[in-house]
Amino acid sequence: MPDGALPVLDVRGLKTIFQTRAGDVHAVNDVSFALKPGELLGVVGESGSGKSVTMMSLLGLLPSPPAQVERGSVTFDGKNLLQVDPETLRQVRGGKIGFVFQDPMTSLNPVFNVGNQIMEPLRKHMGLNKRQAAVRAKELLELVGIPDAAQRLKDYPHQFSGGMRQRVMIAIALACDPKVLIADEPTTALDVTIQAQILDLMKDLRSKLGMAVIWITHDLGVIAGIADRVIVMYGGQVVEHAPVKELFKNPQHPYTRALLKTIPTIHGERAARLTIIEGQPPIMMDAPSACPFRDRCDVAFDRCQQENPPRYDLGNGHDAACFFDARTGGPRDA
Amino acid sequence: MLTYTLRRLLMSIPTLLFIAFVIFMLLELAPGDPMANMPLSIPPEVRQQMREALGLGEPWYVRFPLWLNQFFIVEPQYWIDNAFGTNFADGAQRIISFQSRSPVFDVIAQRLPQTLWVVAMSYVVGVLIALPIGIISAYRQYSVFDQAGTFISMIGFSVPPFFSGVLLIVIFSVQLRWLPSIYDTTHVVNDWDSFVFQLRQMIMPVMVLALQTTAQVSRYMRASMLDNLGMDYVRTARAKGMSESVVVMKHVLRNSMIPVVTVIALGVPSIFGGAIITEQIFKVNGLGQLLIIALQGSDIPMVMTITFLLAVLIVMMNLIADVLYGILDPRIRYD
Repeated sequence: MPDGALPVLDVRGLKTIFQTRAGDVHAVNDVSFALKPGELLGVVGESGSGKSVTMMSLLGLLPSPPAQVERGSVTFDGKNLLQVDPETLRQVRGGKIGFVFQDPMTSLNPVFNVGNQIMEPLRKHMGLNKRQAAVRAKELLELVGIPDAAQRLKDYPHQFSGGMRQRVMIAIALACDPKVLIADEPTTALDVTIQAQILDLMKDLRSKLGMAVIWITHDLGVIAGIADRVIVMYGGQVVEHAPVKELFKNPQHPYTRALLKTIPTIHGERAARLTIIEGQPPIMMDAPSACPFRDRCDVAFDRCQQENPPRYDLGNGHDAACFFDARTGGPRDA
Repeated sequence: MLTYTLRRLLMSIPTLLFIAFVIFMLLELAPGDPMANMPLSIPPEVRQQMREALGLGEPWYVRFPLWLNQFFIVEPQYWIDNAFGTNFADGAQRIISFQSRSPVFDVIAQRLPQTLWVVAMSYVVGVLIALPIGIISAYRQYSVFDQAGTFISMIGFSVPPFFSGVLLIVIFSVQLRWLPSIYDTTHVVNDWDSFVFQLRQMIMPVMVLALQTTAQVSRYMRASMLDNLGMDYVRTARAKGMSESVVVMKHVLRNSMIPVVTVIALGVPSIFGGAIITEQIFKVNGLGQLLIIALQGSDIPMVMTITFLLAVLIVMMNLIADVLYGILDPRIRYD
């Protein structure tokens, strides 16, 4: 990862709300991050922390209403994706930014054959004719490791297993040589051996094709194996951001520490009881005016109830949004 | 798919034979006398002779096979003879109406065009209106368009054609005098003016029947579209950069049509049933009216034949629905 290179994707101050009958839900609050060329950025957090909503907001994939991207900028290719016209945005979606979703069983259209679904973006974004697109689709299936590719193009999604369907999804996402691939929990719905295969495939493809990847997951074990940098999300905010080794060695936010404790270990005479983080993640009915993690935090103090902590820069590309300084064991000043 | 269709066609033969038997026995057991409309001055012995001349003296196990023979062998032979000038039939006895003494199929052939003009047209019009309404209503759920569509559908569901038909006649024929209240079946379309006249006399019956069709089909279409619009594959299609028209009209529509096709195909026989009432109201002398008159006159061969043809239509539409289902949905292709 070349340090200091211009980011391919620069997200600043992104805020997304859902308008519901009960009021606005603040799903994404002031999220900022940058993605450098060729790096793999891991995004972790539990269900409802705003990981997926953040990524879908970038490309306008959330149904609106109820979702509404209120503020922020998403700079890609010198353009702010939140302000471009719909057609320009469609050119980016599937063309320069590919998307892989969580559940391969439902993410493919059941009534069209796989070839048709891979060829769609090829014909739209790369202007290929039917025959050229078919050739490229076959190459893509081979690239993602589906045997007998030419024959399989004519098959329908229900004729593929879960892991094979996820490979097809990856082939679709990679179809137009994207600069960025956003993978939204691509291995969550798969069983463990297939997960490992898909992870290997992604590592392999990344080194072959050199695109930048955003990998959303709630599995820290997966992140440790593949990410360059990690952002941890909680309550629709980025609570910690660090290079992957630094994050595992030196977690600064109490939520990150709690998350790391929940990873089961195979060491020791008898496996310890699984650790859990007590309580539920918050449903953000108001714009955050206090730390969203305060009620589940073991080091929270008065200030956490009154202010929402900003992201404190801790040096070495590490920052954390917490008033408690884990290094000194006391409150952070200023 | 082809073997499946052929197998289903073969299997429908015993089904149809059984249906024919049930209809025949129902008519046999029903009260009613084909001689009831004859003048009272005819002496009872003569009446009895007339009955026997119609074949009513024979038991059912003689008459039913005779009808089957006439329906499946003799009538097709006459068709072929008519078309190619051959002589397979060789003067064999056709199915004859008790009332008019003319061959049942000739009468049906006279009446069918009127029914097709009104009933079939109304169904086509109804479906063509319903599909876009359903699609737009679902895509713009809870919009003004959707609310209006829901309101009109509720009217279509809840107001029966014998009421809406009469209402339309009162408004447009009696009060406003814009449209004729009686459908003139002798009218021949040969120039622009006569075509306009044909349109004017078709509008009301077609609209009354189409309202029902539209109400039903648009509701199914809307529900089916809504089910599919929230699916993950729709998000995938958008993430691929497909335009909204491709997303909706290709990805969502194809999936949404699967249940709707069944509703449309199975609605064809019932719309013919509904035509019996509409034809009475607008004085269209089509098949529905023919069936009513035949029933009233205990014209057993006519009732038997028309009812059986409706049964054939129902069985065929079921088959067509299943085949279309398989064509639209690769998961249930049958071989």
